[in-house]
Amino acid sequence: MNEKEKKTREPLFHIAKRPAIEWWKAWLIRGGAIIASLIVCAFIIVILTKQNPLEVYAAMVKGSFGTPRKFWAMLQNLAILLCISLAVTPAFKMKFWNLGAEGQVLFGGLCSMVLMFTVGDKIPNWMLIASMLAASVLGGILWGLFPAVLKAKWGTNESLFTLMMNYIAIQLVAFAIMVWVPSGSSVMGLVNSTTKAGWLPDLFGQKYLINILIVAVLTVVMFIYLKYSKHGYEISVVGESENTARYIGINVKKVIVRTMILSGALCGLAGFLLVSGTNHTISKELAGGNGFTAIMVSWLAKFNPLIMVLTSFLIAFLQKGAGEIATNFKLNTSIADILTGIIIFFIIGCEFFINYQIKSTKSKEGK
Amino acid sequence: MLSTIASFINAAIIQGIPLLFGSTGEIITEKSGNLNLGIPGIMYVGGISGIIGGYIYEHSVEKTVPIICILVSLCASLIGSALMSLIYAFLTQTLKANQNVTGLALTTFGVGVGNFFGGSLLKFFNESGSISLLDTGLAYKKALPFASKLGLFGNTFLSFGFLAYTAIIIAIVSSIILNKTRVGLNLRAIGENPATADAAGINVNRYKYLSTLIGGMIAGLGGLYFVMDYTAGAWTNNGFGDRGWLAIAIVIFALWKPKSAILSSFIFGGLYIICVYIPGLSSSSKEIIKMLPYLVTIIVLVVISARKKKEHQPPQSLGLTYFREER
Repeated sequence: MNEKEKKTREPLFHIAKRPAIEWWKAWLIRGGAIIASLIVCAFIIVILTKQNPLEVYAAMVKGSFGTPRKFWAMLQNLAILLCISLAVTPAFKMKFWNLGAEGQVLFGGLCSMVLMFTVGDKIPNWMLIASMLAASVLGGILWGLFPAVLKAKWGTNESLFTLMMNYIAIQLVAFAIMVWVPSGSSVMGLVNSTTKAGWLPDLFGQKYLINILIVAVLTVVMFIYLKYSKHGYEISVVGESENTARYIGINVKKVIVRTMILSGALCGLAGFLLVSGTNHTISKELAGGNGFTAIMVSWLAKFNPLIMVLTSFLIAFLQKGAGEIATNFKLNTSIADILTGIIIFFIIGCEFFINYQIKSTKSKEGK
Repeated sequence: MLSTIASFINAAIIQGIPLLFGSTGEIITEKSGNLNLGIPGIMYVGGISGIIGGYIYEHSVEKTVPIICILVSLCASLIGSALMSLIYAFLTQTLKANQNVTGLALTTFGVGVGNFFGGSLLKFFNESGSISLLDTGLAYKKALPFASKLGLFGNTFLSFGFLAYTAIIIAIVSSIILNKTRVGLNLRAIGENPATADAAGINVNRYKYLSTLIGGMIAGLGGLYFVMDYTAGAWTNNGFGDRGWLAIAIVIFALWKPKSAILSSFIFGGLYIICVYIPGLSSSSKEIIKMLPYLVTIIVLVVISARKKKEHQPPQSLGLTYFREER
């Protein structure tokens, strides 16, 4: 090969896998990506609102921290998002693409609502709440179990299966509302608003405190489960390589089904918290897209439940903040989705620089 | 009775066209091994970009010319969905990001873009009310001139705007390209095993980029058809609904074959609206009937996975990132 030909054929650089990078460098890269994404978001906000971006970001902070009420509402959103993120994490770590958290939450919530609506004033309140909790968890499990069993048995594509289950849950809720609301309206009002039967009680005068505490405990438990338990270990082996798992004697099918039961149960719990602790009613938008957002939250945190607190805070903060900008500057609240999307693009993209390095072809060749 | 059936078939086709665009686009993308879950978002962007283009044109001239209405909004729509697909291709191909997460983020982003501009476009131009592009909508809806003269047959099968026929032509052409040409063979080879294709001297990166781009642009046309033809130039937030996910379901139902996607889309379109045509349904049982498309997809999914027929499986490397140096 002559010199000229070599020049045109060989690219200036090539990409190679990086050996493990120091953790602080990795977080430096991620931090840089978040800052870069905030700058891009600022540009977009300036173009749309023609305001000083610092003012806009100040407005966003006010949306989450402006008043105690806003702060608690943000915490409540954070708790639910975190709960669903914790739910999808074990399955996700196993490379089981559960895109059906939305439906599992919804069906879990529906199970709670059935009890709340039908036997609300017939049994003592503690019994009602306990049975609602059980019903929700079982409902969530049922919704996650179908795809898991068929995945284990025939290798049925789980991401598409769980996705379709979402819409079945949505239609079931729509059906239930049509049956329950006599006027034929598709909106259900507060259930048991006088007796408060089936409502989680206020704690220290705070409506959402129970939700938040439950999720906080769950976060720690999930961290320990994934990191220190045998189950957690099996999940990560199956996720890395099914063949390795089989080779060292892990029953892959059992792990898949067991993990999805856990995942579905936690989604059902989130449904219970939403119906009993937050909304006291049900609608098709109960999960509000959090089932999908949770996947990104979990992935951004690299499946670490403690870091998920931060990533779900980031998303909850963005959503509340964007809501505030939207009302202040009379824009549409969907700006939150745009900003969330951009930030996630940047964080997904920056992983490349953590896992790979770009080597110049020249320096390697020597002189 | 006959006229009811005819109008049902007509409605099923109308509902099926956006799904056909979406599923053809997704099939082309998936054949290269890219599972683009961003298709629902891309379809929203395809729709709103068309609306923005049409709106700007309608408001900058005194008297609109139908053909320019179409050209402007069509180009805007194609550019919008191409940009979205480029985001996906860049992240998953060049930066080797996870396809599922990227796709979901793209859908969040795309639906956000659609609803945001749908809700705020008029405010940017200091107007109020809701978006409705009458002239552009009419231009898109223009049917074949002889359709109404052919009676029931013409009204059922020939009364659509030009985009409907475009969808069918695109599906047939992609089927031919995928199965009968070298380009199609290369593309399928990449989807099955990119390392082998790479070793055979096929430029994997270029093929993956192009198929994602072209697939995304085709899918975006589905959004354009919906806003221009189906709703006649009006935008309602979330109006497009879950059709994007349904398009992804059809890819499975059609077993990754664009030709079968044509009929599958019309079947799904029919299932989508059949509750309106069954007499004597209560409003609650209508909601149960609306489950049908999803139930059918699940059944198909389970059946093909249980039968394990080789020609009915998804491309083998679907959803996996290819990195040449990884063995």
